[in-house]
Amino acid sequence: MKKIALAFALVLGTAAAQADDTLYRDMGGADAIKKIASDTADNFLADPRIKDTFDNTNMDRFRILLGEQFCNVAGGPCQYTGRNMAETHKGLHLTNMDFNAVVEDLQKAMDKNNVPFATQNRFLARLAPMQHDIVTK
Amino acid sequence: MRFGRNLVLFAICAAAPAAADETMLDKGMDMFDSGKLLATGGVSALEGSGGGGVTTWALISGYGTRDGIGANAHGTYVSTGDYSLWTGGVSVGLFDRVELSYTHQEFDTEKVGALLGLGEGFTLDQDVYGAKVKIVGDAVYDQDSLLPQISAGVQYKHNDRGALVRAIGASSNNGTDYYLAATKLFLAQSLLVDVTLRETKANQFGFLGFGGDKNRDYSTEFEGSAAYLFSRKFAVGVDYRTKPDNLSIAREDNAWDVFAAYFITKNVSVTAAYVDLGNIVLKDHQQGAYVSLQVGL
Repeated sequence: MKKIALAFALVLGTAAAQADDTLYRDMGGADAIKKIASDTADNFLADPRIKDTFDNTNMDRFRILLGEQFCNVAGGPCQYTGRNMAETHKGLHLTNMDFNAVVEDLQKAMDKNNVPFATQNRFLARLAPMQHDIVTK
Repeated sequence: MRFGRNLVLFAICAAAPAAADETMLDKGMDMFDSGKLLATGGVSALEGSGGGGVTTWALISGYGTRDGIGANAHGTYVSTGDYSLWTGGVSVGLFDRVELSYTHQEFDTEKVGALLGLGEGFTLDQDVYGAKVKIVGDAVYDQDSLLPQISAGVQYKHNDRGALVRAIGASSNNGTDYYLAATKLFLAQSLLVDVTLRETKANQFGFLGFGGDKNRDYSTEFEGSAAYLFSRKFAVGVDYRTKPDNLSIAREDNAWDVFAAYFITKNVSVTAAYVDLGNIVLKDHQQGAYVSLQVGL
């Protein structure tokens, strides 16, 4: 019985380890994700709903951090070196509408970089819970 | 005449997006924030509450976020071969928390009306007043937990053919349904799932009154839906709904449908379905087309 459980755990563990960077690869790997992050940042700055939020942001640094975060969240071999989401968005009084604007801008960037819809949703599913830390209003 | 009224309703539906143009929005309609993601307001179900085709979901209809309000109008036509059904209604979503709806329904007996001695094209009309409150959870954001969005709701239904529905054995022409709905978007799977439990006495959604000679009391009925999102604008799904069987003069079956919903914009969506309502008075296999147009903010 114990052996079966152990074997089961091993299989599950292996599957989990193998599945780890699947999304990262499905999204096109390092370069594609960097491009998606950069395009997303462009979309933020062009979005009248949220562009003012970035008035005092160093966008070059922001692009790098966003790329790191996307890569990390997708399961890629990257470290996110920025501050956590709660800290970063503290005092910005962001609403669900702002959060959803961000989602739409990211979707647009993924469309542009030919990420299939189902893959986009796998990625968004990992980002969605950040709403709890980002939306404070 | 009846057709004329429905035509007017459709005209109102069609005119609404034009009326709500940018100038109006600019003039202090900021409360209509249209901030929800496309399709996450669901569509108006048969009884006017946010949901699928014949099922009611936990989602609050319209595109208002928790900081705003949303509104929705719909017109739906169902043809099952021997009968047809028109419904038209409006709903508002308040702060993504409360949904209020009103829907008028006309069930047309067509040729069966003559067979029953009521006259061809005899209609049974019903008004449905709905209220829904989100209790817990968020179907979209809570992707890190299995907790669905759970809402509780009521639908008060008033059928205008009191004498007739009592003559066929119904206890009343008024009824109140109570439901508890759980809806979850499994985003990583692009799958939306709903399970709803309904306490109801309604015979054929209320068109044949409430309660009957076989059973006067509430029954607990089940509604379930699953929809797969093919894109941000397009979803295909299936609804299943059990119904009471209270009248001895006419057996009542469960209902199901297969639907496709196309969200053209946040303001306009179209739902088309193949619906099977089973036996309805004298006629088996009542199945056919379901078409719904929705406009809103």
